[in-house]
Amino acid sequence: MQSTEKQEFTTSRGTRFMGISLLIGIPTLLIFAFLLSPADDNMDDAVRLIYVHVPMAIFAYVAIITTGIGSVFFLWKKSRWWDTVAHASAEIGLILCGLVLITGSIWGRPTWNTWWEWGDVRLVTTLVLFLMILGYLALRQVPANPEMRAKRASVVGIIAAVNIPIINRSVEWWENNTLHQKSSLTDGKLENLTLFTLFLGFIVVGISYLWLMTHRFRVGWMTTEIETAGIAELIEERLNEGNSTVVNSQPQQKDGTK
Amino acid sequence: MFRDAWLVTKKDLLIEIRSRIVINQIAPYTLLILVLFGFALDADTETLRDTGPGLFWVSTLLVAILAIQRSVDIETSDSAIDRLMLSGISPTSIYIGKTIGLYIQLIILEVMLFIVMVVLFDMSVESYPLIIASAILTTLAISSSGTLYGVIASGLGVRETLLPVLFLPVLAPAIIGATRAFGDAFGRVSSDGWAWLGLLSVIAIVYTLVGMLTYGNILEDT
Amino acid sequence: MSTVINLDQSIVFLGQFPALTGVTMSIDQGEIVLIKGPNGAGKSTLLHLCAGLLPMRSGTGTVLNFDLQRQRMELRPHIGLLGHRTGLYPDLTVKENMKFWASAYGSNDNEIDKAMAFFGLSGRLESVRSQNLSEGQRRRTAFALLLIKRPSIWLLDEPYAGLDDNGRELVNSCILQAVEAGTTVLIASHQINNIGKSDQRTLQVKGGRITIEPEEPSKGDDHVS
Repeated sequence: MQSTEKQEFTTSRGTRFMGISLLIGIPTLLIFAFLLSPADDNMDDAVRLIYVHVPMAIFAYVAIITTGIGSVFFLWKKSRWWDTVAHASAEIGLILCGLVLITGSIWGRPTWNTWWEWGDVRLVTTLVLFLMILGYLALRQVPANPEMRAKRASVVGIIAAVNIPIINRSVEWWENNTLHQKSSLTDGKLENLTLFTLFLGFIVVGISYLWLMTHRFRVGWMTTEIETAGIAELIEERLNEGNSTVVNSQPQQKDGTK
Repeated sequence: MFRDAWLVTKKDLLIEIRSRIVINQIAPYTLLILVLFGFALDADTETLRDTGPGLFWVSTLLVAILAIQRSVDIETSDSAIDRLMLSGISPTSIYIGKTIGLYIQLIILEVMLFIVMVVLFDMSVESYPLIIASAILTTLAISSSGTLYGVIASGLGVRETLLPVLFLPVLAPAIIGATRAFGDAFGRVSSDGWAWLGLLSVIAIVYTLVGMLTYGNILEDT
Repeated sequence: MSTVINLDQSIVFLGQFPALTGVTMSIDQGEIVLIKGPNGAGKSTLLHLCAGLLPMRSGTGTVLNFDLQRQRMELRPHIGLLGHRTGLYPDLTVKENMKFWASAYGSNDNEIDKAMAFFGLSGRLESVRSQNLSEGQRRRTAFALLLIKRPSIWLLDEPYAGLDDNGRELVNSCILQAVEAGTTVLIASHQINNIGKSDQRTLQVKGGRITIEPEEPSKGDDHVS
């Protein structure tokens, strides 16, 4: 698609650059994750999932917080731009959240010997977050007045975003129940190569997020434009409703019709 | 502001006293849920006691959905909401008033549920203050978010399905906390139940604030 | 006489539907304005817009000097709107409905009694739940609520629906009294052409805008005064 018409496609120079970086970045990450980085002492080869699992978890949070910020600004500034940002980010957030849950449970199988561990706070709270965004997107799909739907979705988006810190705090209360390897990142035991691969994972997932976000935002924006484009015709149609007595556009002069 | 809010609360409670929808229809449903759990868990009293705290809050949540829908219906069934919006009562006052109204009704349902559960499941309470404190906070979280979400899900023609999908995940963290706190209060788990009150109060306060700030916006186009 | 309602090219969307497509009108204090037009022409939307209950997509408008773009909240307490539905709480009695709204409006018991007596709601009907009232009785209650609110503008949407002859006369005389006192009244109705005041005006709404004002609306036989 070598088109120069920027308005008609969601591609631009920026997204093309991001796309190409991903074409290079993803194979590089895979090579580092599967071949170059060493297996962990106690997690064995399962550690390799961490390189995507952790960055995706962080960017799932970023996506939902972006939805929250977009929602606040939408309610405040009443601009469709922010609403489109919130909507786009929520969809990507849902995908990331879903992938976090999937990679998490794949990782849990060899490590904890179970696909799903109810005792683990992070897994459970991520599921809760996943369900919240699912609700948000369900609301966005309801056939209704777009502005009213956007307003309501914003409130749901804000609530989902404020739940992230709440959920994070709840981990502390639940501390003794978590099976998560919380310390592995901070206790300095990680080797340099492992650390680098994780860093690479962050970059690749981060670019993926931005890339998807830009495209999804542009699709959303186009949808809005299509919706608003028909307005002139709608008004015209409405004016011609009934018959053609629409002649007087200045009926306001008052003459006491007695 | 609080005078107006109290006016709305009094009105909602008076309507409940007159119509008795919550007491005659919603309350029996609560008990049914509890009894059904009893059947489903095969009358193993020890299991019931262990799961009691969770069952209590799950039942409360399911019943809350009905109470929320009723609270919204009061205003929308004959468009009283239009007159309310024109009355000069601020949306924040309406929100606070309806939240308190829902709160009082839920507390009554919970007390009833609690008594029945203690009797049916033969449970012994180790710490009443913990039960009361966690119920007060959790119910505030339920009624503040419920009043908000009730309006969010209303007027779209899909309320019955949409409200639970939106509302239940939002309260999941509160229910986790409340269940742990109750578990400790009933002596079924050996964690510190009081530690969960912090989480519960944060949730209750945050939801109430978000509700106060956004309710008017949503109410605008119902 | 000052202008109380002034709309200029107001466009209102209900969802994706352009309910009002550019209404321009100006109404003075103390006027009675009949709004006529076929079903779905936008009469109710116009009243809701003047009540500050609907946002304008474009255009400008002021009602009682409140800007319809920015001050809808402040405007609302000064508006009395009687819609298709009566907005009563079905489980409460007539008296309880009156009392609740009276405290919301800050009206006293004396006003409640007067309004209820005027519309024939005193006595037995006081303690009847509004869900058991007839359509006409509900409408009378809604009018009594309008009286105790003492709004500056009355917006009446099909006010005669379900009323008997006696009810219509009561409504007409209460409209006339209100107008005497300086209230402005807008009535959207199919059923009536003249409520008995000489300087009333009729606006024709069609396709979401005001079309021609009919020359001579009065038939003369609907007078009550």
